[in-house]
Amino acid sequence: MVASVKAGYAAFIGLMKRDLLLAFRHRSELLNPIFFFMMIVSLFPLGVSPDDGMLSAMAPGVIWIAALLSALFSLETMFRSDYDDGALEQMLLSPQPLVLLVLAKIAAHWLVTGVPMLLMAPILALLFALNPEAIITLELTLLIGTPLLSLIGSVGVALTVGLRKGGVLLTLLVLPLFIPVLIFASNAVTESAVGMPVDGQIYFLLALLILALTLAPIATAFGLRISLS
Amino acid sequence: MWNSISLYFHKMASPKHFYRLSGRMIPWLGFFTAILFFAGLYEALFLAPPDYQQGQSYRIMFVHVPSAWMSMFVYVFMTFLSGIYLIWNIKLADVMARSSAALGASFTFLALVTGSLWGKPMWGAWWVWDARLTSELILLFLYLGYIALVSAIDDTRTAGRAGSLLVIVGVVNIPIIHYSVEWWNTLHQGPTVTKMDKPSIHMSMLIPLLLMASAFQMYFFTVVLMRARTELLHRERRSDWIKEVTLG
Amino acid sequence: MTLPSPQLEARDIACLRGETLLFESVSFSVFPGEALQIKGANGSGKTSLLRILAGLGPSLDGEVLWRGTNIHLQRGQYLSALAYLGHNLGFKPDLTATENLRFGAALFGLDSSEESIDQTLLDMGLSEQKELPLRVLSAGQKQRLAMARISLSRAHLWILDEPFTALDGRGIASVVRLIEQHLQQEGLVVLTSHQTVDIKPSVRTWLLQ
Repeated sequence: MVASVKAGYAAFIGLMKRDLLLAFRHRSELLNPIFFFMMIVSLFPLGVSPDDGMLSAMAPGVIWIAALLSALFSLETMFRSDYDDGALEQMLLSPQPLVLLVLAKIAAHWLVTGVPMLLMAPILALLFALNPEAIITLELTLLIGTPLLSLIGSVGVALTVGLRKGGVLLTLLVLPLFIPVLIFASNAVTESAVGMPVDGQIYFLLALLILALTLAPIATAFGLRISLS
Repeated sequence: MWNSISLYFHKMASPKHFYRLSGRMIPWLGFFTAILFFAGLYEALFLAPPDYQQGQSYRIMFVHVPSAWMSMFVYVFMTFLSGIYLIWNIKLADVMARSSAALGASFTFLALVTGSLWGKPMWGAWWVWDARLTSELILLFLYLGYIALVSAIDDTRTAGRAGSLLVIVGVVNIPIIHYSVEWWNTLHQGPTVTKMDKPSIHMSMLIPLLLMASAFQMYFFTVVLMRARTELLHRERRSDWIKEVTLG
Repeated sequence: MTLPSPQLEARDIACLRGETLLFESVSFSVFPGEALQIKGANGSGKTSLLRILAGLGPSLDGEVLWRGTNIHLQRGQYLSALAYLGHNLGFKPDLTATENLRFGAALFGLDSSEESIDQTLLDMGLSEQKELPLRVLSAGQKQRLAMARISLSRAHLWILDEPFTALDGRGIASVVRLIEQHLQQEGLVVLTSHQTVDIKPSVRTWLLQ
């Protein structure tokens, strides 16, 4: 039993290391989701209004929608290359629990795509004239929310990984599931901008995160087995 | 006793038996559907009194509310079927789930349209972002997602299993989405209180509502069986029993 | 009571691809030290059969048994004893040969030392390529690397789908040598190949119709 826990741990860490190494070897591509994030956010002042009052009112929603869309945009890469070169098949053939391997992939994916958003967001918030309380709440919601998006999204990716036009379908499958995160996260930022307490929203997001952490990898692992059968 | 129950289920799961049985049931179900619709519509349009606040325009509720109920019922129905398919691999469960999806989506769409039509005389707007309608819209996306996913996968078995997983993931999310949208709606409550729900229910309105709900239910079962038979014919087109049943 | 000797048994396997029944009633056994070659025309379902044996795809009927038990009831144990080589070799093009082998070993739960990796690469004639990213290796070199991974896995059962693809005479010889060594150590091999293979002591064949 001890041996298999050690082996499981080694597989988990090994897979995370591998994915981080691969991301590092494609450093230039790491910036794409960030540029995407920035561009979407920038469209709103241009398309709606650059008026400060309007900007700070819509900032929480705009930033969060942009985060949602960038997460969606980068989700596809979670399993695509592994599927194409056969590495995913090998993962399914590993004696280590697939759920563990999936968790490793999701964790690496979040580190590579979610964390940069965390770093970028405060800058964007400043562009939108958000006050410091709101920015802190924004960071907190992103900290809880971006892993949530990776977890929820992974189920959709698992089901569409083998399909040709998987990207569009992925959007349709995953966006409805993102909606609760969007509602509570953007509301938390809006409320904290006017000094209201946002404990309830944060707790709700945390609850969603815990739920996703326990259920999503199981569904994703199952989905991968279905897609590769 | 368990033996005979399990034998019964085995028989039910057999495509050939199902085809025969449903063939006999459909005319009856159709007949009852027609009666219930006739009775329900008559009650709803003529016998039920005008509403105290909304006058005659509230009558669209007799279509809107049953549609919304059905849209949820069908999803739950599909969830059961998906569970059965994933656990026991009974192909008929997948056939029924696939046949139900478009119907569920249609009920959802109907609920949205009638909701919109109801909103116009009430608030003068073709669409309001109230909790019920927004939840229905998201439910429509869930249905469309299922339909898109199973259409995109070529292999029947893989498509069935992927779709089943999606439905189950969806069902876990539906309460979360519903609650989130309700909560969101209370924040942005306009001056008019939403009364998309049935007005304070009186017997004279309850009866037509239940009649219409039953009519919709019967309609669903009639049509789903018809669609399931067609799907079954397509899937089993190379089996021998098809020839006996369709030509003989 | 002694453990049942490692043995692979296929009972009444059938495979459906879309609407076509590729094959049915396929039954055979493989004993330690034996090699089985699955033969059949293109499209007859050889790859599908190997995938079913590996537990990747479902069998329409029947079951696959390892040491007498259905493989799906003992997934962890079966997969620890199995090494599978598919059409897609399962390597990351941006990692070096050594990195690929190291990560592959971790995935399997193996503790492969640098020395054993170096030795295996040497045996397969890939020492010079060990620090090169896989992108720059030729198809034949990648194939030999895949076999290196298989032999490092210490698995009892090797399921190899077209292991001789893109290999020249010398490459084929080194792979054959690996397989023969494995058989000598009471290992089992199931493979498909377009070419006629000469593996000592003998190769049984199964024809898929």
